[in-house]
Amino acid sequence: MIYLELLWTFIQIGAFSFGGGYAVLPMIEKYVVQQQQWITLSELADITSISQMTPGPIAINAATFVGIKVAGIWGGLIATIGCVLPSFILLIILAYYFFKNSNLSFIQNILKGLRPAIVSLIALAAISLTMIALWTNPQGDLLSVKNLNTSGIVSATISLLLLIKFKMDTIGVIAIGAIIGIIIHII
Amino acid sequence: MITYKQLFLKTFKISAVTFGGGYTIVPVMRDVFVNKNALILDEEMLNLIAIAQSAPGPIAVNTSILIGYKLKGLRGAVVSTFATVLPPLLIISVISFFYIQFQSNQVIQAALLGMRGSISAIMGYAVFSMGKNTLRNQPWFSAPLMIMIFLLGYFTPVPTIFLIIGSGLTGLIYFGFSKERLP
Repeated sequence: MIYLELLWTFIQIGAFSFGGGYAVLPMIEKYVVQQQQWITLSELADITSISQMTPGPIAINAATFVGIKVAGIWGGLIATIGCVLPSFILLIILAYYFFKNSNLSFIQNILKGLRPAIVSLIALAAISLTMIALWTNPQGDLLSVKNLNTSGIVSATISLLLLIKFKMDTIGVIAIGAIIGIIIHII
Repeated sequence: MITYKQLFLKTFKISAVTFGGGYTIVPVMRDVFVNKNALILDEEMLNLIAIAQSAPGPIAVNTSILIGYKLKGLRGAVVSTFATVLPPLLIISVISFFYIQFQSNQVIQAALLGMRGSISAIMGYAVFSMGKNTLRNQPWFSAPLMIMIFLLGYFTPVPTIFLIIGSGLTGLIYFGFSKERLP
């Protein structure tokens, strides 16, 4: 039953993507791209770009996108519900107890262990996405000049400059990346 | 006091106009519920944000679940969650139905290729600044754990979930038993 598979996959993603934002990407890569093969890594990169230009968290956008691709509009709705469900239940329980007594030091201790791990997991996802951005065929010969992706390299370099030097916001950076891609295509 | 309808409309509006995801939405929520409407005290809002970070999932959705719960109980939480998820759900639904046309269009393809480059730069930069922030507190705990998780994730097929559970437990044990509990 595809709806149940979607629900369960996104419940797992929702339950273990601590840290918000990009923290969900390694989970989606693992469960949706590698295990279920519902979308490709390129599609994940595209949905990440689209997420940055539309409102809403990446996790919700990805859940909706994957769900619709696999099982239509109901699939999108079910995947999104699955994604939100674990944190919803957990937060209601936490809030219930927090409003009674505000001693939550053990959660703080877990969080201190999670933070460094999250950085590493995001780094791993960043490596995968960088590979498909900079090389046409990431599985092929990485040293061959023909395999290099010009627009990816140019836009990554300029984006990095805009982020570090000019502290530009991410929406602006991605819009400029799109323009660079189109200009290089025309040339 | 606030009605369910007002709660829905306020949260829907915040979610619909806040682009970029992540922590960008939190200051906007604070502005609406604390400053403009005085429904929640600033100190309570800080607690809500702290609890929101203790749970998995997007911070925007988590904060809005808690605001709904705080203002109108369980039903309020359902209303505010629904209102937060609805705008991205609608927009991505529309986009995914045109995704095939998206994919076969040469200009859009070229734009997406350029955007991939930007995304890798943004993620690389995010990893760098997050890593720097994380290493500022307890570097002798964080740095080895960070390297260990990276190596395990890159070279071994250990499932990501086990890496997360393992590091959570490591934190719980390390800070639970260490005498100097740093804030």
